[in-house]
Amino acid sequence: MVIDSEEAQELSKVFELLQWVADIGVKSVCLYDPEGVLKKNKEPITQRFSSANLSEEAAVNGRLVTRRNLTLEFVSFEDGKEAVAKAANYLFVKHYANGTKEKSDFTEPQMAEALGAIGSGGAEPDLLLIYGPTRCHLGFPAWRLRYTEIVHMGPLKSMSYGSLVKAIFKYTMVHQNYVTSSCGTSMMRKIDLTDAASIVCILLRMFFFDCRTKVKRYLLACMSN
Amino acid sequence: MDEDSSSISRVLSVGPVPDHIAFIMDGNRRYAKKRNLLDGAGHRSGYLALMNMLKYCYELGVKYATIYAFSIDNFRRRPEEVQSTMQLILEKIEDLIKEESMVNQYGVRIYFLGSLKLLSKPVRLAAERAMVATSGNSKSVLSICLAYTSSDEILHAVQECCGEKWDEGSALESKGAGNGLVFLKGNENGKIKPSIVVKDLEKHMYAAVAPDPDIIIRTSGETRLSNFLLWQSANCLLYAPPILWPEIGLWHLIWAVLDFQRNFSYLKEKTKLS
Repeated sequence: MVIDSEEAQELSKVFELLQWVADIGVKSVCLYDPEGVLKKNKEPITQRFSSANLSEEAAVNGRLVTRRNLTLEFVSFEDGKEAVAKAANYLFVKHYANGTKEKSDFTEPQMAEALGAIGSGGAEPDLLLIYGPTRCHLGFPAWRLRYTEIVHMGPLKSMSYGSLVKAIFKYTMVHQNYVTSSCGTSMMRKIDLTDAASIVCILLRMFFFDCRTKVKRYLLACMSN
Repeated sequence: MDEDSSSISRVLSVGPVPDHIAFIMDGNRRYAKKRNLLDGAGHRSGYLALMNMLKYCYELGVKYATIYAFSIDNFRRRPEEVQSTMQLILEKIEDLIKEESMVNQYGVRIYFLGSLKLLSKPVRLAAERAMVATSGNSKSVLSICLAYTSSDEILHAVQECCGEKWDEGSALESKGAGNGLVFLKGNENGKIKPSIVVKDLEKHMYAAVAPDPDIIIRTSGETRLSNFLLWQSANCLLYAPPILWPEIGLWHLIWAVLDFQRNFSYLKEKTKLS
């Protein structure tokens, strides 16, 4: 998720958003804001969303939805271009250090390895949700954005659960158009909707937010698998 | 441009006009299918749409335009399709450098950005001819991304920087002034002074011929950048109209420019911060 740095200072909103994401069953979230506001608040955010706390909350509130472990990653502008510069230096040391100019060009795996070695590795997100005034990725690391679906969700202060579910559902439907039905099922499992109670809650919420035709298609897809 | 379009252009020019617009021309094949046209006809319709969009851009005062003509990933398509696309590209490059073309009418300098060594010889030579033929133009710039991806561009820049630093180090070493700063050899503690910075990389990016884009327009409603200008699009407005590329028109451009003007202060502030 890309969040405008000024809006990211509203931590209660960030907590709420992550709560929703955890409810839906997303396993891994990369939190990005250019100025590193979220990075600076890494501790309170991770403390809030550790698996122990999730279980306690589920018990206290008596919610039906089972929370899963949510892996959080914190990224800022310096993990983009500057990280590539550091990776270039790493590659220089590794391949040119013996005083011989290497003849072969660097490859993408070598670059990925270099970025990992300097601490700026990480998977490419499937879906990038932008919370801010405009549809702009604000410098999210270029190396991790190649084929990511980018959706603008509007300002953080006016975020809604329905829009979030709609964006994630739309992503799964888009990918079902491009893969076979067997692969499409595995794409849906990415957001881990095997828990029947989770499915019921999500379907009710989607119905409430006027996604009736999409709910029917979703049910049909589940039944055919 | 007709009178109405000129009036619209004058009205838009009251506000900030983007300096650089980039296009991902998605939907040519789907357009051909939708209209029951032959395979290559979608790309030909797409070319006409492109010429119109470029004219609108240059009339509006947009100095730089970049288009994603052929990705390195596209080489994975069926060989017949790659062949016919390359044939069309070759044909259109020749058209562009003709005397009466839009390029000379608007004083457009053409650059081809990408790993041109991956192209067949005729296409590569045509691209080089077009760059030479338009090198004297200076009113506007058209960057055509051919055999391009951002990841390849970044790798190329890293490779060039490493080669440059090695050459600098070798020159210093041969003069006896290296002090082991560049190479481990002769350095007691084995530490290398990191010397490649972001500015060095940016100098070697294929897209360094133009400033960063202000707007990237991708048609067909697709929301991915598909490995296009990822390095350059940090503070760029992304616009994804749900129409196929050959269906794009002046009003889509107007909408994109109005959106840019609405967000101008915010985007300018973000650019300063980065």
